Amino acid sequence: MSGRRAPRRRRHPFGLRTRLVLAFLLVAAVGCGTTAALTYRAARNAILEQAQDTAVSAFREQVQTLGVTLPIEADSLRDVLRQIAKQGKPRAWRVYAEYGSVRVSSAERPTSTVITPELRSRARASAHGSFQRVVKNGRPYLTIAVPAVFRAHTPADAVHRTGLVLYAVMELDAEEANVEAMVLAARDGALPALAIALIPALIAARSVLRPVRELRRAADSMGRGRLDTRIHAKGSDELADLARTFNESAAALERSVVELRHAEARARRFASDVSHELRTPLAGMLAVTEVLDEDAATLDSDTARAVRLISAETGKLAVLVEDLMEISRFDARAAELHVDEVDAADCVRKTLQHRRWTDPALVRTDLPAGVRARLDPRRFDIVVANVVGNALRHGRPPVTVRVRADGDWLVTEVSDRGPGIADEVLPHVFDRFFKADPARTRSTGSGLGLAITLENVRLHGGTVTAANHPDGGAVFTVRIPR
Amino acid sequence: MPRVLLIEDDPSVREGVELGLRRRGHDVRTAATGEAGLSLLREFRPDLLLLDLMLPGMNGVQVCRQVRETSQLPIIMLTARGDDFDVVIGLEAGADDYIVKPARTEVIEARIRAVLRRIEEPGAGRPAVEFHGELAIDRAGLTVAKSGERLALAPSELKLLLHLTAHPEQVFSRQQLLEHVWEHSYHGDSRLVDACVRRLRTKIEDSAGAPRYIQTLRGFGYRFGPL
Repeated sequence: MSGRRAPRRRRHPFGLRTRLVLAFLLVAAVGCGTTAALTYRAARNAILEQAQDTAVSAFREQVQTLGVTLPIEADSLRDVLRQIAKQGKPRAWRVYAEYGSVRVSSAERPTSTVITPELRSRARASAHGSFQRVVKNGRPYLTIAVPAVFRAHTPADAVHRTGLVLYAVMELDAEEANVEAMVLAARDGALPALAIALIPALIAARSVLRPVRELRRAADSMGRGRLDTRIHAKGSDELADLARTFNESAAALERSVVELRHAEARARRFASDVSHELRTPLAGMLAVTEVLDEDAATLDSDTARAVRLISAETGKLAVLVEDLMEISRFDARAAELHVDEVDAADCVRKTLQHRRWTDPALVRTDLPAGVRARLDPRRFDIVVANVVGNALRHGRPPVTVRVRADGDWLVTEVSDRGPGIADEVLPHVFDRFFKADPARTRSTGSGLGLAITLENVRLHGGTVTAANHPDGGAVFTVRIPR
Repeated sequence: MPRVLLIEDDPSVREGVELGLRRRGHDVRTAATGEAGLSLLREFRPDLLLLDLMLPGMNGVQVCRQVRETSQLPIIMLTARGDDFDVVIGLEAGADDYIVKPARTEVIEARIRAVLRRIEEPGAGRPAVEFHGELAIDRAGLTVAKSGERLALAPSELKLLLHLTAHPEQVFSRQQLLEHVWEHSYHGDSRLVDACVRRLRTKIEDSAGAPRYIQTLRGFGYRFGPL
């Protein structure tokens, strides 16, 4: 008996292929992203630094060459600032001057909103000036502060601050645009890279999945009983190892199954051979039982009993051997169906007549005429005889035999008035040599009658069931396609 | 009482069947091999041959063929082999019936009587010889001729033909034929009928492939004619 195959499990929503491709893409994305980020950072710094270095040194130079006359006048200072504003490098800048409370600029407004207090304090602290990148209203600015100094012509060449601080404010839009362009370039490079990464991802997935799929197919085919299924294993990677392992396991399985089948075949052949061998001696014995029965009356009582016993047991042995042969034929699948169209009621009636079960106190019938069926009359005879015989032996008369048509089925029902079948016995009534009570002595039957019935019904493509009637007694129901 | 020749190699079966049949009043002679049986046949002139299929040397089927070449002696095969193949070969070789061993003597004797029994005469008023196409059937003399030539028919073949021609154009199921011709009171083996029809056709039909006298009705059985 082959077990029912387990239902196919629902596939993971992300199959192996999807997961492999996603992993590939993730690796590619991380690679591209990291490269782009690092490149961007380095380039951005390079661009901005270059701009601010240029601006700071240019501004410092301007401030150093500045000739400021004291006291400071706002008007003249504005002129100077406008001069400086023209010298902006690498781009135009606005210049602001703060001296005490004087605020002057090259622009419209005297002070800039971009200059942070932090820069102011740093500018006052350092003589060399300082700078700061500021983002205001989403626009980047470079702010530079350089204090104006004068050199006293002393040996130490000391530097003295004048208190005047000049600020330059320069927009970094262009640099920012350059950086933007680089980001775009990085992104535009990364996307095609990811797209291209898809190709090796798919190829890799396929190279992994093909063996896996083949393995599944092979396992499936083995499950269906094709034990000679093997996988083509090539190469030396893990998948090839897996394939080889599968092949070895399959070969081992095949070997053991073949051995089992051989053993089973041997056992069946043995049963068949034994029953065949028994027929010949039985043929001699059975031919003389009549002689024994006839002459038993003239023998002394012990001998007579012995002779009658031998005669009776020979008869039973002949039935048992006949049944064994029949079962062997089923096991060897040598049982053939010789179908004929018959009247079911006629068949059952003949079966009962032939077995001399014609006493209505023993067997009652409900056999409507005109129920036609295509079946093997000889096998149907055995089925009916076995089921009725079983009811007469284990149940209580009267046994009722009913035949009826149920659509495409011929239904034969045999019920008795006995105690019914115990629940623990019910699943086993069709087993071979099944004894309802282990201590029970051998019944008059061979112990194979119902097993043969089951096989005969199956050969017809039908079913036979045993159950208990609610009103008591056992009911056997045979259903055969008409 | 019928004279029966039993050819059987197994001593116990030979002795048992012989004893059983003798007790029922048959005159039984036995042989252990096919060759011995064939030579005894000429000397003993039995009414019926009981023949085991599995014989050492010349087997039962060969014995059966050889007997059929020269005589219409009724032959019943004894077979210990239940496998269908053997039975069919034996029937094709010309056996009239077969018995599966082991069998009780009463069963063996019932079969012997059935094979030897003459088919019932239909009511009076029928002509002694009936003509069906080229066939001339003499019911009283139990002979059949085709185009004036007498045919050698085995008992089962003759009985089958007589039964079918007694009711021309009537369809008989295999089961009915088994009961009427072979007197199998139980569900017999319809292959007996099929094998007998095949043998009969080779003797009476012009071409066995397109039978004219004994026609098959698929799923129903056989009928004689219409011509």
